[in-house]
Amino acid sequence: MFRKVIAGDKTLSFRFEGTDVRAEAGDSVALALLAAGIDSSRDSVVSGQPRGPYCLMGACFECLVVIDGVQNRQGCQVQVREGMVIARQRGGRNTSADPQG
Amino acid sequence: MSASVIEHAARLAPCYDVVVVGAGPAGLSAATQVASEGLSVLVLDENPAPGGQIYRAITLHAQTGREYLGAAYWSGKPMAEAFLESPLTYAPGARVWSLDPASPEDDEPCARVGVSLGGTSRHVQARKVILATGALERPMPVPGWTLPGVMTAGAAQIALKSAGLAPSGRVVLAGCGPLLYQLAVQLQDAGADIVALLDTGPGIGSAWQWLPPFLFSPYVLKGLSLLAKVRRRVRVVSGVRHLQILGDAKARQVLFQTARATETLDADLVLLHQGVIPETALANSAGCALEWSESIRAFQPKIDALGRSSHADIFVAGDGARIGGALVAAQTGQAVALAVLAQLRPGRAEHYERQRLAALKRSAWLQRGRRFIDAAYLPTQPFLAPQDSSTMVCRCEEVTAGTVREAARRGASGPNQLKTFTRCGMGPCQGRLCGPTVVELLAQEGRISPAHLGTYRLRPPIKPLRLAEIAGLPATADAIHAVTGVWPPLPDAR
Amino acid sequence: MEQREIVIVGAGLMGAALAWALAGLGHDVLVLDGGDLDPRASRANLGLVWVSDKGLNQPDYAILSRDAALHWPAFAELLQAQTGIDLQLQQPGGFNFALSEQELEKLTSNMAAIAQQTGGELGRYEILDREETRARVPDIGPSVVGASFCPYDGHVNSLRLFNALHLAMTARGVDYRPCHPVERIDPADSGFTLTGAWGSVGARKVILAAGVDNTRLAPMVGLNAPLMRSKGQVIVTEKCRPFFPCVSGALRQTGEGSVLIGESQETQTLSLAVNHDISAVLAERAARVFPVIADLNVVRIWTGWRVKTPDGMPIYEQSQAYPGAFVMLCHSGVTLTALHAMEIAPHISAGMLPPRLQAFQSRRLHVSQSHCGG
Repeated sequence: MFRKVIAGDKTLSFRFEGTDVRAEAGDSVALALLAAGIDSSRDSVVSGQPRGPYCLMGACFECLVVIDGVQNRQGCQVQVREGMVIARQRGGRNTSADPQG
Repeated sequence: MSASVIEHAARLAPCYDVVVVGAGPAGLSAATQVASEGLSVLVLDENPAPGGQIYRAITLHAQTGREYLGAAYWSGKPMAEAFLESPLTYAPGARVWSLDPASPEDDEPCARVGVSLGGTSRHVQARKVILATGALERPMPVPGWTLPGVMTAGAAQIALKSAGLAPSGRVVLAGCGPLLYQLAVQLQDAGADIVALLDTGPGIGSAWQWLPPFLFSPYVLKGLSLLAKVRRRVRVVSGVRHLQILGDAKARQVLFQTARATETLDADLVLLHQGVIPETALANSAGCALEWSESIRAFQPKIDALGRSSHADIFVAGDGARIGGALVAAQTGQAVALAVLAQLRPGRAEHYERQRLAALKRSAWLQRGRRFIDAAYLPTQPFLAPQDSSTMVCRCEEVTAGTVREAARRGASGPNQLKTFTRCGMGPCQGRLCGPTVVELLAQEGRISPAHLGTYRLRPPIKPLRLAEIAGLPATADAIHAVTGVWPPLPDAR
Repeated sequence: MEQREIVIVGAGLMGAALAWALAGLGHDVLVLDGGDLDPRASRANLGLVWVSDKGLNQPDYAILSRDAALHWPAFAELLQAQTGIDLQLQQPGGFNFALSEQELEKLTSNMAAIAQQTGGELGRYEILDREETRARVPDIGPSVVGASFCPYDGHVNSLRLFNALHLAMTARGVDYRPCHPVERIDPADSGFTLTGAWGSVGARKVILAAGVDNTRLAPMVGLNAPLMRSKGQVIVTEKCRPFFPCVSGALRQTGEGSVLIGESQETQTLSLAVNHDISAVLAERAARVFPVIADLNVVRIWTGWRVKTPDGMPIYEQSQAYPGAFVMLCHSGVTLTALHAMEIAPHISAGMLPPRLQAFQSRRLHVSQSHCGG
């Protein structure tokens, strides 16, 4: 859905749902996922609809993903890092006794 | 001397002369001004670098190769750089979640700001607070707007500015307002394939009465040339009355109707925009009075000529007070800072007042023609209060327009009772994306002005934070007694 | 002027439950409600259907709460059948967790005293040590030293309850008018005249169910409704998959998944602003009871005024000076709703509150007020 108009110099790699994804240092997780062609990163809480980022500025809470085991993180507010493990936020979260993905 | 950048709550001082919330043009300008006079200033901003949304990431990348962002964008760089050279404390990545005005009972009244920084929360005191929280996109609730692949124009600009990302597939722009046209040019210059710009605006016919000042304003030439540029390069459809986004797991097509025809366009990305409105969550939760603005059909904080809210220690500047754009925000940020300085340094009040009036004069000049733009781009009723009952209004709780209208008919007396009737507004976005629509729907159903309806009353935290962070805040004996009914033992004498 | 048989002031859980029940008994009912931002205990509560640890030294109140809990299943079934709304009533029994030996001792002695004072009626409960608590609630944290458990306790989705009552009362022909605050009530020949900015309406009977506004209205009809200032605060988390199948007096998980954390009482403040110090204590205690929720995001903290008399018991009373005027107020209104609808409404319909409710007349407060010097 998105492509880099101007390439940065620092690339890195993270994992999304078991697959390696390349990204640029400094990009937010939400943007890195969009750049990798992933339009939807969560299922809505009430009815499980696929959702993707809407505002990219922290207001809509649609870009929620699991980052390194921490659930319901706003992907647009977190910078992507080498080796990050990211998973879809499938509906509501669990307590830390039983984390998702 | 340069700004002191902090990344953890433990490094926050207990008290500052001025706390500025937001590092967009208003916040940057205000903070730089106050800091230049030697007072202690703390600037709290959610983003990793200064600039807010309009000048997003402006200090992070070189201009070379990024000319598509436009001259207006790059003109903000000196301000951001001057900010980073100012003797102030700057906390990027800080989440402000509460604001309490000073209590008149205190000996030295101070406002309290709740901040989450580096995973820990603290309360910081401030003699004065300047809110520069900027604007939000007005939601554009059309059928299918919750599908993946539908975003705001602002989101596309953030992608472009902060990560150099442009849409790779077929883009449909829909809505109204100058920002949509600006985006069209930026995206085109970045190589995007824009299938069409579907203009849902009412047209300048609705704005005739404001035309004269607009003709003499700084906007007219830029605006006209922008419109002409876009129309030359992109298919623009005016007078769009109905819009629907189609797709299963993601957006695939846009169906639109004008007076003459119905058409469906294939799309990979749909970008919606129908203006921006003040972000008032923090002011609202602090108990600052809000008022309804008919000209932009949105709630805004009530402020006096100095930019002071209904609480004497809380000031509001920039788009978070009155929508005016980046250049106006820089002036009002400075003006508000000078008002604050006059109060904190009464000995120099006359000097500050002269400068403040000069800033206001510049701001007024920059705002000529604003009423015309507001009127010409005010969304029409169907795009404010969706007719289709299946259209999602509250994205978080998945409440449709039909449910809201039905609750209104059953007697939900306002937006707050509506929460009780439907859960609308109870999700993590705390009404940022549904509040404006809810107000319009209730106003229409009840034939009552939004001014009389009011909006959601917000309470802290205005952004979510972990239970553990709240648990980590200091507890007082009074609070322990209020919860347990028992007074805690006195600490041992040491 | 419009004339009605019964006018109820207030459409919260109290007013709506009475309206529904009375309409079901064939009465003509008009409900006048306040505005969008009026204080409403009905949207500021934990949703508990709670019996244990209530009514210490007040056996009538302890038994009242127990009886309310017993009415709940039939009440919920009736409402659900009429509206199709699942109230998510669960009565699995409830825990009060103790985070120190002193807390456990206090629970133990309170529950024993209540059992003794009620002649054994409230004798069904257990005091559990840490191991026993952990066997039943595996997720409790290391600071939990024990708990009380009472089989009568439970919870309900109080927003759905509110909605169901409103739907059901409307379906039964109740006339509901929001944004009709009552300024004055004047006794008249055929009953009462209620007046506001919207006009006037006549009523043969009037029921004051206006929560904290009852204090102002009650004297107009020869009644008395003194209330103490009692501010409660509750933390609400994001939605979470079910982790706690039971319920506790300070924490419950709603059917939607949010965790509600209470309880607190402030009596000296005039402001409904969130008290951050109290949030800290509530959060800290909750995270000690259930460490697994420490990472949940808090999305809302709200506060509200309890409708609480100085001794905490309800006021259910008919005016002696002006028969036909009733005041009905209580805190813990979710628990008592079933009792109001199923047991008290029929008596109001018949014109007289039952003898067992005499303990809840306001004159008891005049006595205790004079003892304490007001």
